[in-house]
Amino acid sequence: MTGTLRRQFLAIALAAALGPLAAATAAAATELTMYYPIAVGGPLTKVIDGLVADFQKAHPDIKVNAVYAGNYNDARIKALAAHKAGQPAQLSVLFSIDIYELIEQDLIYAFDDIVTTPEDKAWLKAFYPSLMENGVYRGKVYGIPFQRSTIVMYYNKDAFKEAGLDPNKPPATWQEMVDMGKKLVKRDASGNVSRWGVMIPSTGYPYWMFGALTMQNGQVLMNPDGNLTHFANPAVVGALEYWVDLSRKHKVMPAGTVEWGTLRESFLQGKTAMMWHTTGNLTAVKDGAKFDFGVAMLPAAKRRGTPTGGGNFYIFKKSTPEERKAALTFVKWMTDPERTAKWSIATGYIGTRPDAYETKLLKEYVTTFPPAAVARDQLKFATAELSTYQTGRVRKLLDDAIQAALTGSKTPNAALSEAQAQSERLLKPYR
Amino acid sequence: MHERSLAHVYGWLLLLPAAVLLVAFTHYPTVATVWHSLFSTGTRLRPSAFVGLENYRTLAGDPIFWQVVQNNFWFAAGTVPASIALAIVMALWVNGRLPGRALARMAYFTPTVLPMIAVANIWLFFYTPEIGLLDKIVGVLGGGSHNWLGDPSTVLACVIVMTIWKEAGFFMIFYLAALQSISPELREAATVEGASRWYYFRRIVFPLLMPTTLFVLINALINAFKLVDHLFILTKGGPDNASNLLLYYIYEAAFSFLDTAYAATLTTVLLAFLAALAVSQFFLLDRRIHYR
Repeated sequence: MTGTLRRQFLAIALAAALGPLAAATAAAATELTMYYPIAVGGPLTKVIDGLVADFQKAHPDIKVNAVYAGNYNDARIKALAAHKAGQPAQLSVLFSIDIYELIEQDLIYAFDDIVTTPEDKAWLKAFYPSLMENGVYRGKVYGIPFQRSTIVMYYNKDAFKEAGLDPNKPPATWQEMVDMGKKLVKRDASGNVSRWGVMIPSTGYPYWMFGALTMQNGQVLMNPDGNLTHFANPAVVGALEYWVDLSRKHKVMPAGTVEWGTLRESFLQGKTAMMWHTTGNLTAVKDGAKFDFGVAMLPAAKRRGTPTGGGNFYIFKKSTPEERKAALTFVKWMTDPERTAKWSIATGYIGTRPDAYETKLLKEYVTTFPPAAVARDQLKFATAELSTYQTGRVRKLLDDAIQAALTGSKTPNAALSEAQAQSERLLKPYR
Repeated sequence: MHERSLAHVYGWLLLLPAAVLLVAFTHYPTVATVWHSLFSTGTRLRPSAFVGLENYRTLAGDPIFWQVVQNNFWFAAGTVPASIALAIVMALWVNGRLPGRALARMAYFTPTVLPMIAVANIWLFFYTPEIGLLDKIVGVLGGGSHNWLGDPSTVLACVIVMTIWKEAGFFMIFYLAALQSISPELREAATVEGASRWYYFRRIVFPLLMPTTLFVLINALINAFKLVDHLFILTKGGPDNASNLLLYYIYEAAFSFLDTAYAATLTTVLLAFLAALAVSQFFLLDRRIHYR
């Protein structure tokens, strides 16, 4: 009893003494909570904590609690759970393809409704347009690109030399990839393969790799409103047929599915001469390769193409106007050219805006390590990652169809037609 | 009279802490799950509504559900008898007099101690074509490379083998304890009577181990339905659901599709099945088991 009393007295005395000062800081200090995911290896939490600390030095009136929330799926679950429990985060970095889910639950603000100054409105247009595709819905920006990647092709230059190919000329078309692949496959007398031509991973994120193939064949997988998919389109079926043919007809890729998680190791061990993988693996390949390797844009059929991937900033509706203003300040600060350059070098993620590549930091990095520029140059051919309403289910429909075709249990046409029919059933109510 | 009601209150108070925990974390969630399975999943635009048995009709018409049930049946049929048999053999082996017995026991028990996620990460590389341990061994024997986890006809078997490896050591511990409690006089008597070792095992040891076997059987069966950690690492249920199991499908429905109503429906089916399993085991098998 007496303890509490004494503490109360102390508090009152302190308040009286420091009253004006305390009131001033209390009015100005806005506290923000942000969940963020990490989907690639490396000590990225430290990088984020460092950025947040720098931000608070520059903006002492805003306090940011950055909470590491696991992978993309975990981060979404945690952000939604916190929201339901009445302790919402005011902003979060979540999967760019979660946008329809968040809009359907009416959880997020469009940045267009928060920005006021012309300068802020210009900021919304500062990013690469292909990175904005997953963040824009009906003309309004809901997601600001932050940790974003694309797919690139890694190839083993030593293997190219050994097969009599020019190590500085990676395949630029589908046909070239098959032709070169055939030369790169190494078989022993009994027909066992000790090196494959190319591997495209088909577990984990098959729909993502497939998005690259369909784009190259001239067709995107869904409409911008996220309520219609094009799985049964002839160009999409053609893309899957090409993928299946790589193993079945041309024998440059192993039959069955190729595991996402172990593919990098297979490449580093020289078991495949080329692999398609995320740019997020760049640093790991650079550190692990005992041979000379190159990074190239994905080959083209009708055109070049890759989906983008990764996480965007979202601002949540359960927030006060002051908190939203503070959140906007934070997001702007995190995505300014200097910070973007630093973040890109530390992680391997793409610099999300052209002017980041004009900074001294990133300019120097690209000169010393040219592969870092491949993903940037490929951005002009990039498109949105598969994202619709009911996105988890629709994604699984496509994943299952791809795997069924690759393992030979269904033809590409049958598998994709079935997937399209079921996706129609799911998405019809959203039109 | 007064004293008796006081004793009642006393008894209930003693039960209270355990009862509160059980109700809060077991019984309430169970009832809530069954209740939720009768509603649709709500969004801001379309709030949750009572739909009766609609979710169960969807379930009956869901081909993936039936494939998952079938997979789970084969998973149980593959893991349960094999891991029990292996556990008995290992227990008999390390129960005997052999040099380095403690080391052998520890070696058998090690897989149990490792976290499932770590185990799956190790086995993922065992199964990797060309560079994996399994392909290296097959290569020495003169065979070609096989895409173990990428082939629908082998993926479930691969998962089963890994699970047996992980489980058998744990069950061995129970058998080892049971074997140590069998009186050595029985062995001596059997030897005097001229019984062979196989006869002694079949007619004396095995019946005496039956209570342990029942316990292990129930655990193994329940594990066959609740162990899915490895799927997150090894296959994610693929290719094309060839290794998908019921609990993993529930996880997908709840956290990837965000369809909590369907997840509740699947959970209700799983719960009903497990309850039926446990009850039938206790009532049918219990009568045929000899307890000392």
